[in-house]
Amino acid sequence: MPASATVRPEIQFATLEQQGDTAQLGMWAFLVNETLFFGALIFTYFIYRISYPHEFAVAAKDAVLWCGSVNLAILVTSSLTMVLAINAAAQGEPRAMKLWLLATLALGCIFLLIKGYEYYQDFQDKVVPVVNYEAKPGEGSAGELFWVFYWVATGLHAIHLTVGIGLVLYMLLWRIRRGEITPAYYAPLEVVGIYWSFVDTVWLFLYPCIYLVGRS
Amino acid sequence: MYRWIPFWPDTAAVNAVAVNNLYVAELGLSALIMATVFGMMLVFCIRYRQGSAVSRADRVQKTWHFEIGWTTATLGAFLILFVWGAAIYVWLFQVPPSDEEVYVVAKQWMWKTEHPGGQREIDALHVPVDKTIRVVMASEDVIHSFFVPAFRIKHDVVPGTLETIWFKPTKTGTFKLECTQFCGLQHATMQGDVVVMSGPDYARWLTQQGVHESLAEQGEAVFRAHGCSGCHDANSTVHAPPLAGLYGTYVHLQDGSVRLADEAYIRDCILTPRSFTVAGYPPVMPDFSGQLGEDDLMKLVAYIKSLGRQESGR
Amino acid sequence: MSTTTLERVPAAEPGAETEPSYLTAEHTVASWLFTRDHKRIALLFFASITFFFFVGGFAATLMRLNLATPGGLLQPAVYNRMFTMHGIIMVWFFLIPSIPTTFGNFFIPLMIGARDLAFPRVNLGSWYVFNLSGLVVLYSLIMGGADTGWTFYTPLSTVYANGYVFAAAMAVFINGFSSIMTSLNFIVTIHRMRAPGMTWMRLPLFVWAIYAVSVVMLTATPVLAMDTFLLAVERFVGVGLFDPNHGGDPLLWQHMFWFYSHPAVYIMILPAMGVVSEIIPCYARRPIFGYSGMTMALMAIAILSFFVWAHHMFVAGISVYAGVVFSLMTFFVAVPSAIKVFNWTVSLHKGRISFDAPMLYALSFVLLFTLGGVTGLMLATLGIDVDVHGTYFVVAHFHYIMVGATVSAFFGALHYWWPKLTGRLYPEIWARFAAILTYVGFNLTFFPQFILGYLGMPRRAYTYPAEWQPWNLLSSAGASILAVAYLLPLFYLGWSLFWGRKASANPWRATGLEWATSSPPPQHNFERTPVVTLAPYCYDPQRDTYVTQEGVPHAG
Repeated sequence: MPASATVRPEIQFATLEQQGDTAQLGMWAFLVNETLFFGALIFTYFIYRISYPHEFAVAAKDAVLWCGSVNLAILVTSSLTMVLAINAAAQGEPRAMKLWLLATLALGCIFLLIKGYEYYQDFQDKVVPVVNYEAKPGEGSAGELFWVFYWVATGLHAIHLTVGIGLVLYMLLWRIRRGEITPAYYAPLEVVGIYWSFVDTVWLFLYPCIYLVGRS
Repeated sequence: MYRWIPFWPDTAAVNAVAVNNLYVAELGLSALIMATVFGMMLVFCIRYRQGSAVSRADRVQKTWHFEIGWTTATLGAFLILFVWGAAIYVWLFQVPPSDEEVYVVAKQWMWKTEHPGGQREIDALHVPVDKTIRVVMASEDVIHSFFVPAFRIKHDVVPGTLETIWFKPTKTGTFKLECTQFCGLQHATMQGDVVVMSGPDYARWLTQQGVHESLAEQGEAVFRAHGCSGCHDANSTVHAPPLAGLYGTYVHLQDGSVRLADEAYIRDCILTPRSFTVAGYPPVMPDFSGQLGEDDLMKLVAYIKSLGRQESGR
Repeated sequence: MSTTTLERVPAAEPGAETEPSYLTAEHTVASWLFTRDHKRIALLFFASITFFFFVGGFAATLMRLNLATPGGLLQPAVYNRMFTMHGIIMVWFFLIPSIPTTFGNFFIPLMIGARDLAFPRVNLGSWYVFNLSGLVVLYSLIMGGADTGWTFYTPLSTVYANGYVFAAAMAVFINGFSSIMTSLNFIVTIHRMRAPGMTWMRLPLFVWAIYAVSVVMLTATPVLAMDTFLLAVERFVGVGLFDPNHGGDPLLWQHMFWFYSHPAVYIMILPAMGVVSEIIPCYARRPIFGYSGMTMALMAIAILSFFVWAHHMFVAGISVYAGVVFSLMTFFVAVPSAIKVFNWTVSLHKGRISFDAPMLYALSFVLLFTLGGVTGLMLATLGIDVDVHGTYFVVAHFHYIMVGATVSAFFGALHYWWPKLTGRLYPEIWARFAAILTYVGFNLTFFPQFILGYLGMPRRAYTYPAEWQPWNLLSSAGASILAVAYLLPLFYLGWSLFWGRKASANPWRATGLEWATSSPPPQHNFERTPVVTLAPYCYDPQRDTYVTQEGVPHAG
């Protein structure tokens, strides 16, 4: 296992510690930006939900509850496995770290598979605006707005999750392979972990918006 | 009163007089601020230029006194302007009891105006002087904006709802009507004339328009043609809210909210009844979205208003 | 605090050439296109925004030529697309990136004593994303342009417009990511990479301004990204988010758009304020008046800018009470700006003032910003706004701020830092002439527009009633003078690159850290880590001496 001495800070940093702290601050700043991005979308959703509560409840009946709920459980678990991976990195247990990262990766991929199946189901249920949308009785024209939100929100979320999967793969196949993640310096993994947790949190907010409308 | 100021636009309504005074006050304050800043800059630049021998000793070190001083002064001046402007705004946009009503439908790229007696105009609006005129506006397509510079009154005309404004002209004449919200290709030429006439002239003008049916009568025809009377007639077997005396009252809706039955409310009920079901009534009214143009909606509104009204509290 | 010590190398005289300058260190095209050096990236950005300045300026030229007579020059459809593209390009492809991506990129690391920004690759990535968005907007322009106004009001933009709205909206969407990448970089850099002794209250005001602007950019731009994304979805797919015929609300678009676009106008002015705060102390040879007040004013403007957006909607159909609240908030946000104006003016008191081109631009900024500001007060005043909203009064107001103030500050920065960027001095006489010509041409162009607006001329109009021609003609004439004033620097600055006098490390005898290294700087900025012991602007006008931020005193 190559020694950590081969990892040098970039030219603009004095120490690895400064580099790591800076990377983490960068990721948090990026997440502020992402929060406002999804926040603007969720805000728009609520404006229309408050204006058309009945129509939204009718339209949302077609949301596949089991898919959303299982996916919620999957993502929350994947955040746990990610934290365990980081913990293993800090403790200097590379094997455990790789296993927990693989678990995170697997859970992320399963999420996408279930999402893909759900999209297929949505197609069958004819809830794709403009493509094959069929309004149910009582929905009016506002019900379609629920589904616009659904496709935009879950689509964007899936893209973000895919990026997260890519980052985990990058960690596994590049940084860890080259021995660049050690107890002395594992900031890149922490940065990916922060991002992953954010993707999980977004789903936590999207879940009630999509799957719990009118089900209380 | 302000005609001595060069480039001063016409002042032809009570609204405009109030705005004039405020504007002149702000012009004065602005001139004062500009003079102070420019004056200080000029004096300092000359007195303390590189070559001058004036003493630079004893520069002010404690800046807080000055900063708090001019911050407080500016905040004080600003708050006065704010209150003054807000008072005018609130007065401008709360429609008082009116003497005359007109309906305006804006579309790309013309102004269609209708009087309650059924008189219609394109790109023109005849009104009597010294009367409070209530203007109910709808757009058929995009957002327009109804602006009469001489009256200093402006409001956007937004599709999907009705906007109401008022003005009271103080002198006769012809005044420009402009569209000030970009609405497409011919936005720049979407202009009209507001013609203010004396009372007798206006009355004469109304009779000369060759109109046989008032707006409310036309509305009644639309009402029957679209089957509204099937439910809302007094003899109907369907349990539907009565429309006589509706306008101007407060309506309790199914979801617990209360709305004033003004023009916009009536329009909303016709187009999206499901969202405005009245408490105690079944949600069975069909929605007419896409079936009625703004012209027809205006006529229906006029008709329902004619069925007896409480004077609007707005 | 995580300021750290870099390895120390024996001290060298600033200006001594032990390392090649960033310009000559590498020569290949690839070394420029794949650089990580913030200084080179700044020049890359400079090329891009200058290009778009001239594209937007060309559109403006056509507009003013058209408006010189009521009969006009352009077909209505063409004019409508010209003013839309002028707005989009000038706002997102020139004004917003202008000072931050050029002078911010170049000088933030230098001013705080760092070797580069925190994330050099993100910096380069930002430039590529910017150019990608530029390609999309050029595509939109060449195909005929969008015709909705830069504000994309619905349902005109989503349902009725015939132009290339989708492409324009996507260009803005992509452009937003460039803003986000740059601002994120600045925030993190300023937090984590200051040299030893460079505490927050010793930062130059330009750094504070870039910090404030970056906070606004990072938080406001994602909202714009979502807005344009939803607009594009609506335009492309035809659902009813903003279309009243499908249950949507046109006012929702306006609220969301202005929630970003009002902070955006502060994004455009804050860096310019920072530049002016650098120039005035240097050319008045005295410290800025009220340094901490100035920093607080910058942050107050940044924060308050988020609470005033609906002042663009006073006559749009919002409730009267909402109008009142937003008017009050707008007056509040005007207060810190007023404080800054007073502080700049009093920063001339008991100074030793010289009138080199940067100072002329800075003084011009103060006057034009103040005039734009007092007309802003008029717009904040509800009773007056009802009258002048949507007219040329508003057009004049925002051009006074965005062009009169910001562009003047941009040119001031360009002249002030020209020696540091290029190692050459510009010809002073020509530069002063250009500065004065700018001021004259600008006022001639835009002051008549206040009058036109009050007389009732609507904005976004390709023609007008004949009685308003004299003012329009005057405005167009002024625009031709302004065009010359903006083109002049191209020539004499270009000349100076080859034949200008070589500049020393600190030709203006300024106190900032950027002047403690050679002109132009070496690739890694400093031969040795600066250690900061003083606040900025330690000029003494009484003795006509100054002390740099590292505590090195200089006579005369």
